[in-house]
Amino acid sequence: MELLVFVLASAMVLAGAIGVIACNNPVHAALGLVLTLFGIAVHFVSMEAHFLAAVQVIVYAGAIVVLFLFVIMLLGVDRAEDLSVEPFQIQRPLAVIVGVAISGLVIAAVVRGRSTLGEQLESGVPGDDNIRELARSLFSDNVFAFELTSVLLIVAVVGTVVLTRRQRGGASK
Amino acid sequence: MNILHRIPAADPLLEAESFWWQPLAVIGLKVLVVFVIGLVGTMFMVWFERKIVAGMQNRVGPNKAGPFGLLQTLADGTKLFFKEDLIPEKADPFVFRIAPFLAFVPAFLVWAVIPLGGDFTNGHDGTVTWFGEVTRVQLADPPIGVLLVLAMSSIAVYGVMLAGWSSGSKYPLLGSVRASAQMISYEAALGLSLAAVLMTAGTLSTSGIVSAQSSITNWHLLSTGIVPFVVFLIAMTAELNRPPFDLVEAEQELVGGFHTEYSSIRFALFFLAEFMNVISMSALLVTLFLGGPQPLYLGGTDIFAVLGPFGGTAWLLLKVFAFLYMYVWFRATLPRLRYDQLMNLGWKVLIPISLGWFILLAALQVARDSDVSGLRYSLIVAGCLVGIALAYMLFQAALNVARRNRDAEGAAY
Repeated sequence: MELLVFVLASAMVLAGAIGVIACNNPVHAALGLVLTLFGIAVHFVSMEAHFLAAVQVIVYAGAIVVLFLFVIMLLGVDRAEDLSVEPFQIQRPLAVIVGVAISGLVIAAVVRGRSTLGEQLESGVPGDDNIRELARSLFSDNVFAFELTSVLLIVAVVGTVVLTRRQRGGASK
Repeated sequence: MNILHRIPAADPLLEAESFWWQPLAVIGLKVLVVFVIGLVGTMFMVWFERKIVAGMQNRVGPNKAGPFGLLQTLADGTKLFFKEDLIPEKADPFVFRIAPFLAFVPAFLVWAVIPLGGDFTNGHDGTVTWFGEVTRVQLADPPIGVLLVLAMSSIAVYGVMLAGWSSGSKYPLLGSVRASAQMISYEAALGLSLAAVLMTAGTLSTSGIVSAQSSITNWHLLSTGIVPFVVFLIAMTAELNRPPFDLVEAEQELVGGFHTEYSSIRFALFFLAEFMNVISMSALLVTLFLGGPQPLYLGGTDIFAVLGPFGGTAWLLLKVFAFLYMYVWFRATLPRLRYDQLMNLGWKVLIPISLGWFILLAALQVARDSDVSGLRYSLIVAGCLVGIALAYMLFQAALNVARRNRDAEGAAY
């Protein structure tokens, strides 16, 4: 049963990921991303992290990808783009290097974490308690980082608004 | 069935020692009931709305098919099945086909977590015994409970959005951009007023929320102060795209909005999803604020006690009915909002109010948890009020500055 769930969810994740890369149409690519996010949510549920699964769907699938789609619709880039034109000559080789580096990092983390992760899972608390545990860790041990993140987000929003408004004001004058 | 045993408290049914036909029968029955309630409820709701609106406009309404025109919806639905299914030439065929299902499936899934009945009187926790198995009168009681509803309502945005985009025509696109902006904006207010309830109840599970409302003074309508209820009600109406927030469809400007290009059964699915959402969100509202299947004691007696085990269900139905009637009433009486009014109401009124109220409730909850009393408690309350007044003044100042800047730039609104 567990294996079946794992295989199905992983198939969802992989199919979605391939869809994101392979689809020419940006809207289809965004839908592929949604499929991936749902697959990850299923993985979370099968690991009893119900809260994370719900947050995954609400925040990522429900807000972030909706925003992607919104931008795609508003900008009207919902047609296949011409991939032969390349604004930065270096970006493709750079993408390969960064991709290899990131996958290397992830594999290294998994290999190193395999021994220590098992013990932590044993001591973990199941079910309804994981909301409580998550809240405790967020608002006591990591409260500083948490608050800093919120400040960072606010700064980003204010920065965006200031930048776009200044442009418009300059144009009207 | 190993994995089912490991999910804690999803349903007492799954923790049973022996796993034979009884749990399967109970689950099958529940799935069937939830499915049938969804469909029959929707059929009824369409008829109910047409009939009541007709009454308010001094007309007769549907009266030919069946007694009181009750079968009119069935006739319309059957007709829609046999209509020609058109896909516009410029449409994106794949997305055009899946969009109705993205609207329809979430509408159904919300029913899974709503407690439809059960014995919550005298401190019972709402479990019932069927075929010798202890279970709840709801399809599933996951530990994340209400978050599932939020997740589903955020998935429903996709249905509207993709339907409009994939039609390949301008009115549906305009309608769907409007709709998704509206639904995302009001989701924030909805979530914040929901958070007030969750904090007071101390649990996310819907059955836990119902158990926490054991008497009318414990109903979250009163125990959270009326404010979250009102905010939730308004935000919910906007989420459902019901009048007066039906800018999504706006017949006079958008020819029907995101589903303009849809016909036949695909249109019927959108229609079904919309009406089903009205019922399921009303049921959610009742669950969150009005005690769900909890009885209301009038002069110390529960008037539905004669129904025995179905008393809870009767109470739930009665409460949901009140809200369904209210929605029809809204539709018959209130004119549609303008788009800037809609956004102002959402961002400048509902979100600040619900956020401020949430922080106030949190402060009072902390005070109560740490056992302060008497003078110190009233000091805390006074401090909260001063803080709210300050925040309100700052907010108004910010709004004034923004308005002045807009005027200086010569904006038209």
